[in-house]
Amino acid sequence: MLTSSVALAVLFAAPGLAQRKATIENVPDIPFSSAPNLLKLRPGEYLGEAVAVATNSKGHIFVYHRSATTRLFEFDQAGNFVKEIGSGYYGFEFAHSVRVDKDDNIWTVDEGTNMVTKFSPEGKVLMVLGRRPPAVLGAQAYPAGPNAPAQKYILCRPTDVGWDPQGNIFVSDGYCNNRVVKYDKDGRFLAQAGSEKPGSGPGEFNLPHALQVDGQGNVWVADRSNNRYQVLDNNLKPIREITNLGTAWTVCISAGPHQYAFLSNSNPNGNMPGTWENTGEIYKAELDGTVLGKFGRPGKLAPGFQVVHMIDCRNPNEVFAGEIESWRVQKLILQPTAAKAGAH
Amino acid sequence: MKYSMQALLTAALIANAPASAQEAPEIRFDSIPNALQLPAGIYLGEVGGVATNSRGDIFVYTRTGHPTVTIGTSRPFAHGGSRLFQFDRAGKYLREIGKDSYGFMFASQVRVDPQDNVWAVDQMSNMVMEFDPQGRVVMLLGRKAENVNVPARSPSGRGGGAGQPTDLFDRPTDVAWDAAGNIFVADGAGNARIAKFDKTGKFVKSWGKKGTGQGEFANVLSIAIDAQGNVYAADGGNRRVQVFDNDGNYKAAFTNTGNAQALCITKGPNQVLYVSNSNPEDDIDRDGEIYKMHLDGTMIGKFGKAGKLLKEFGTVNAIDCRGENTLFVGETGNLRVQKLVLH
Repeated sequence: MLTSSVALAVLFAAPGLAQRKATIENVPDIPFSSAPNLLKLRPGEYLGEAVAVATNSKGHIFVYHRSATTRLFEFDQAGNFVKEIGSGYYGFEFAHSVRVDKDDNIWTVDEGTNMVTKFSPEGKVLMVLGRRPPAVLGAQAYPAGPNAPAQKYILCRPTDVGWDPQGNIFVSDGYCNNRVVKYDKDGRFLAQAGSEKPGSGPGEFNLPHALQVDGQGNVWVADRSNNRYQVLDNNLKPIREITNLGTAWTVCISAGPHQYAFLSNSNPNGNMPGTWENTGEIYKAELDGTVLGKFGRPGKLAPGFQVVHMIDCRNPNEVFAGEIESWRVQKLILQPTAAKAGAH
Repeated sequence: MKYSMQALLTAALIANAPASAQEAPEIRFDSIPNALQLPAGIYLGEVGGVATNSRGDIFVYTRTGHPTVTIGTSRPFAHGGSRLFQFDRAGKYLREIGKDSYGFMFASQVRVDPQDNVWAVDQMSNMVMEFDPQGRVVMLLGRKAENVNVPARSPSGRGGGAGQPTDLFDRPTDVAWDAAGNIFVADGAGNARIAKFDKTGKFVKSWGKKGTGQGEFANVLSIAIDAQGNVYAADGGNRRVQVFDNDGNYKAAFTNTGNAQALCITKGPNQVLYVSNSNPEDDIDRDGEIYKMHLDGTMIGKFGKAGKLLKEFGTVNAIDCRGENTLFVGETGNLRVQKLVLH
């Protein structure tokens, strides 16, 4: 099902732009304020690129960031440091995503080791997906040329993870593969959409950069280099796409009976001339695609955004944004929006 | 050594025979949850080896941390990537051995000799390192390359895998001893030979090269030695276990073991052999079971399958069988050690 604005956007879609201005118009601004210094780090410690942030059911905040080594920190809801998880862990080399499941397990997606790891709330490794390229094979050159055929249990620079209400696991994979993989709750391969090859048709991807699953079990994928979001059903069959919100960097689906989608047209890395005028906003939408409002714009200082890489929206009115180029997590207090009439 | 066409044909016929492993009875077993209690900040990576000493202490040699190649140096140097941990028999963490060791890069195996010395085999530093029970270095076999090649050399550029008549290894995988204290090194994943040293570490001989015939290997992934000094070699790429006498003369092949990757022979008068038909690292939907066999190659039973849950295995690379019915199993795929009790 396409909304009319989405249909218009399809008509005017222009190919080939690395970063795109959203074509949607007349979107109301959502007033918001930022708490940029919420997280209290231990003396002498710093965040690196804060590419990933998530909260658990108690409001604890997890930040998976690219420091000298990639690290995972846990803070309480007031921002006090609680603990580090995975210090020296084999599956940490280059952070990309952290998400917390309904049982408060913490899942990291590391695109340096090609590993997805499920940690218990205490920080114990419960399951891994993918395998780190063996060091014994030597230093790997930057991947070039055609990708090797995608394998069931080997990931290639994976980007994100999500779960349906049954506990099935979905992985967006990634920067070299171009697919979404579905595993059962025990980690057994069930299906994939896309392949190692990039594509622009329905159910194909060109850099699936983020992924979340809504309460109906539908899978939302930020199909970044295709400048669109794709929604797949639980068996990974494409349902629809959203093409008028610029470049699809990341997606978040809020918790609770009335879910919202947060979709980010992040300003691109490098802050090239003109990009601050055209990008950087985050959209709040109903799950049927109706856009309710937008907030934020690029800026070096809070509440500006410097390449929002991930959003936590467990509470749709208190959103956490992790940014690449500011090494910062902002807590954003949003003015609640009026739900679309009839939406549920 | 030459083989007759008849012998080769016979070998081929045996290899194609129905695997009697299919009919092996299932052995009931349990996996003890949380067999190892890891303190905060200690994580297992891919488990190359697990072994116990005479007190029941558990040693785990694991690929973990951040394997690193330097920049800003005259040549690229590599370090890190593996650690050796010791736990007591109840699984309580005791200590780390060889922290930041020059030779700890890509854990391949750990074994404990009859004197409770701990031997670590590393596939990337190409070293076999003996530590005494106090954790001090006793003897070293092999030498780590000074620098690494960037980009990595092609594995296909290697020779026949026969290796040198020395302790220069190419991805060694395992170590074992006979009753006289002679040392046997599985060499390994790069070479395809078994090297024999006397108890002082002096090279005696080696045998094997790449191939599929008797006494040849796709690779030597694990070895074990029985009380008579016979050498059992896991030749997983050829889907068999080969048996040699103490001087390397071919005796037999067990072709019903699948991708034999980890071996263990129990102690005591009635020795049995455990063989893991390890699933490939990229697939948990096949193989994975462990066989229990008599030393003549007949099947006693089997247990387990590939997977990520308890009682499932993710590419078993190590089996400790100091107790015949209490096994420790190390997995590369699931970053863990399982303690198994067989019923």
